[in-house]
Amino acid sequence: MAGLAMNTELLRRILVGFIREEVRKIGLQKAVLGLSGGIDSALVAYLAAEALGPENVYACTMPYRTSNPESEAHARLVAERLGINYRVIEITPMVDAYFQMVPDADNMRRGNKMARERMTILYDHSAAYSALVLGTSNKTELLLGYGTLFGDMASALNPIGDIYKTQVWQLSEAMGVPREVIEKKPSADLWAGQTDEQELGFTYREVDELLYQMVDLRCNRQELIAQGFSADFIDKIYGKVQNSHFKRRLPVIAKVSTRTIDRDFRYSRDWGK
Amino acid sequence: MDFTVALAQIKPKLGCLADNFALVEAAVERGIESQAGLILFPELALTGYFLKDLVPEVALSLYAPEIGRLKELSRRISIAVGFVEVSSDYRFFNSAIYLEDGEIKHLHRKVYLPTYGLFDEQRYLARGERFRAFDTRYGRMGMLICEDMWHLSAPYIMAMDGATTLLCLSSSPGRGISEDESLGSTKAWQKLTSTTAMFLNSRVLYCNRVGYEDGVNFWGGSESVAPCGSVSERGKILEEDFVLARLEEGALRRERIFSPMMRDESLSITMAELRRIEIERES
Repeated sequence: MAGLAMNTELLRRILVGFIREEVRKIGLQKAVLGLSGGIDSALVAYLAAEALGPENVYACTMPYRTSNPESEAHARLVAERLGINYRVIEITPMVDAYFQMVPDADNMRRGNKMARERMTILYDHSAAYSALVLGTSNKTELLLGYGTLFGDMASALNPIGDIYKTQVWQLSEAMGVPREVIEKKPSADLWAGQTDEQELGFTYREVDELLYQMVDLRCNRQELIAQGFSADFIDKIYGKVQNSHFKRRLPVIAKVSTRTIDRDFRYSRDWGK
Repeated sequence: MDFTVALAQIKPKLGCLADNFALVEAAVERGIESQAGLILFPELALTGYFLKDLVPEVALSLYAPEIGRLKELSRRISIAVGFVEVSSDYRFFNSAIYLEDGEIKHLHRKVYLPTYGLFDEQRYLARGERFRAFDTRYGRMGMLICEDMWHLSAPYIMAMDGATTLLCLSSSPGRGISEDESLGSTKAWQKLTSTTAMFLNSRVLYCNRVGYEDGVNFWGGSESVAPCGSVSERGKILEEDFVLARLEEGALRRERIFSPMMRDESLSITMAELRRIEIERES
């Protein structure tokens, strides 16, 4: 835990500055985000409200008919505390319309469809309000690939993508995110009673400690075993990081010219900003 | 000679020469108004840092009109500024120039181009080949660009070449969050500038930029470090700033009397041992 503990005041300053500068340098003032009722999006809402002013933040909760009503209540609580713009858009009609055509889809396909449905709504709001879409995936989820490609993983700017879930908890405490949001069990809320930790088969605290040692400190397998991590756990997590890497990259382009995008045509995204 | 230095802790725009030149000009005017004798800018102040394929597009030759304008301004204040330099044989350098009395007094091309972690400089830029001290109206100086400072030999050579003031132009990305008060990169740099000043009985003037490029923050914290290693002035962290520091010749003179390590430093022993190491490595 020692390595994962952070100076939350400094972190808050860097992340607030990041949102403010990266939004404004492209000539915009506003941001939009999906507010699920969970801690990650709540934290991003707090950061965005501080960076841009609550009047410039648009939050949208997009429940499906099986979503836990408590999620919407928590999202509303966060929006009201912050005084940000808030709207609820149900995705049940559009998602159900699609699955009437493909009724055999399993839970994973249904969950992915819902995540991508929400993404299209956020990007529509982005165009409607001239607001950038803020990402709410944390480093743990991104490394494990525990998210939907082009769904909840899609955004213009992600302020929390380099901090682990354990650190999201710390920063949320420091920023005054409501207790009930911090203390509830993390859940993708795809079906009743689902929790992330149950579905993943380990706790965020366990996996964050391993990921921190493995990714941030570059400890090798032998060193991790010496620290007390089981070989099975190490191999399982390493496999998840490896197998989900495609989700963290742009689509692969077949090279035929002398300058191929992202390979030998390389510019920062902030080119000219 | 006693003088005031201005550390222009600016926020350049990536790849926008004209905008950045305007920022530099405004800071120079402010330096003149503040009666500073020297103004220091960050590494790549005229271009921004993560340039990648933009390098050739933003490069300036030493004969460019922008450099000419800086030469003119240097009649009123000495200027040290970083930019991308293109040579006549079309190599591109991460360079810094020291301008004074309407002339370029010194050109330093960054020698150590980092290519690890988040850095990728040697892919796009050519390497400088020398560390040389030079004379200015404020005494003999050495100019280093960011990573150069992390190689002990670089400030050492400058000091052995007679520099008593080391200028360090920097674009240092902030990273390494922990429970500590400062970022890992901030702590490391503060240790480095202070230790370098102390070892070499030299002033260190450090100018670092601020702002964000593709999510990477630059942490600022520009500082004027006395030859005893103590920081006399420090700029804000993560915010633009304009730091003025008064440098007294007497403080340098007294420190060199108290701690005469540079006087006692043996060039001949160092050279003999380095030559031996060179021969042994080749054999």
